[in-house]
Amino acid sequence: MARYDRAITVFSPDGHLFQVEYALEAVRKGNAAVGVRGTDIVVLGVEKKSAAKLQDSRSVRKIVNLDDHIALACAGLKADARVLINRARIECQSHRLTVEDPVTVEYITRYIAGLQQKYTQSGGVRPFGLSTLIVGFDPYSGVPSLYQTDPSGTFSAWKANATGRNSNSIREFLEKNYKETSGQETVKLAIRALLEVVESGGKNIEVAVMTKEGLRQLDEAEIDAIAAEIEAEKEAAEAAKKAPPKEK
Amino acid sequence: MKLDTSGLESAAPVWGAPSELVDGFSAAPSFEVPNTTDFDGFQKEAIQMVKPAKGTTTLAFIFKEGVMVAADSRASMGGYISSQSVKKIIEINPYMLGTMAGGAADCQFWHRNLGIKCRLHELANKRRISVTGASKLLANILYSYRGMGLSVGTMIAGWDETGPGLYYVDSEGGRLKGMRFSVGSGSPYAYGVLDNGYRYDMSVEEAAELARRSIYHATFRDGASGGVASVYYVGPNGWKKLTGDDVGELHYKYYPVMPSTVEQEMVEVAGA
Repeated sequence: MARYDRAITVFSPDGHLFQVEYALEAVRKGNAAVGVRGTDIVVLGVEKKSAAKLQDSRSVRKIVNLDDHIALACAGLKADARVLINRARIECQSHRLTVEDPVTVEYITRYIAGLQQKYTQSGGVRPFGLSTLIVGFDPYSGVPSLYQTDPSGTFSAWKANATGRNSNSIREFLEKNYKETSGQETVKLAIRALLEVVESGGKNIEVAVMTKEGLRQLDEAEIDAIAAEIEAEKEAAEAAKKAPPKEK
Repeated sequence: MKLDTSGLESAAPVWGAPSELVDGFSAAPSFEVPNTTDFDGFQKEAIQMVKPAKGTTTLAFIFKEGVMVAADSRASMGGYISSQSVKKIIEINPYMLGTMAGGAADCQFWHRNLGIKCRLHELANKRRISVTGASKLLANILYSYRGMGLSVGTMIAGWDETGPGLYYVDSEGGRLKGMRFSVGSGSPYAYGVLDNGYRYDMSVEEAAELARRSIYHATFRDGASGGVASVYYVGPNGWKKLTGDDVGELHYKYYPVMPSTVEQEMVEVAGA
């Protein structure tokens, strides 16, 4: 097996591209990221490791803009992310220049996925070690979308998804609890999902909300408030579960 | 911008992959310069040689119901009329038309290339390309060939999600959005009639008649225009050819010969 993971252009005898699979491992070690799509809003949430005391937290934004109407969050190698994001931003502007229209979410996702695939089929390079969650609104139809790409270069659209550390548990939670929501309800669902695997508190998660008007990063106080709401709801639900048997 | 040979390529080169990874922007095309004492003057001469070839009249205008596109059908080589039946309105796809003025081969090839690009855009993005986008694609290609002797003066007319669209694109790299355009050696004459008779809220029949009359008047005065006046209409369901009338016949329709009283008749002189 060791002989087949040197150069990525080589398939193993049982059909694996080991470098791509190792890249997926790198993603699994990255911080958790979750995306939830609502009817008029898309929410991205990312786990934030507690910042070192002297670090300026404003310089480590994990949810970034690709264009006015498209945002991206990722899990994996952050340095690779910077390169991919820069190329995607250039492509967004290049598209505006050549066809005088903003990109659709699907188009830029296809571009990023295509870029990730290119690096799995060339000599002397390694794949990008990140999976991305891309959200945005279609500039023509105004429909919100959530897409995910991974190091192999595949992409697909999702109603809600998670990537990075503990993404399986988050996805299970979302599958159990997802329903069509809008506005603040969607934000709550995203934060609830993230809080399944992350310590509670505005300090440990970064949340951004994409509406037709654009991207808005929630500040710590807002996130704390919503987290508190969620806690209260949880307690009320547990109390309700315990109460009825007593009344009998 | 790289020279666009996508219409000519048969298969992508296998070894090209590594370089694609590192370049964000391609270098400008370079080519060998001819050995002359005055290159600038030589270039200007070369351009002048091609310029007068825009012997034609084409026009297009947007009105309430859509876009009306009309053109003549004469091809001339200097003073020789080489054809009276050239198709100067090119069907890019079922909802977009292009007009031809300048070099016939250049217009035909690049319009067909544009049709290919529009179809690829549809397949990749699951939606039709807008008239804005299509005209921009063509303008960018023509700009990258600027100074190399292409002669194209075209109008891209179509109907997309935002309604009727009309753009003028030429081989100098210019691209203009507008409501009324006329291109070619007969365009001054066509503009005269078109600008005089134009109203935004015309019916399709009135607009077609205006277009036809404008072409006719241009062919009447301009020697390089003639043949058949074709009129196309672009509406929400795509384009439709309305009429194609011989301008000679149109002349007698607009200015029928009136029988007049005879003053004197010539009679045979009785044998001298």
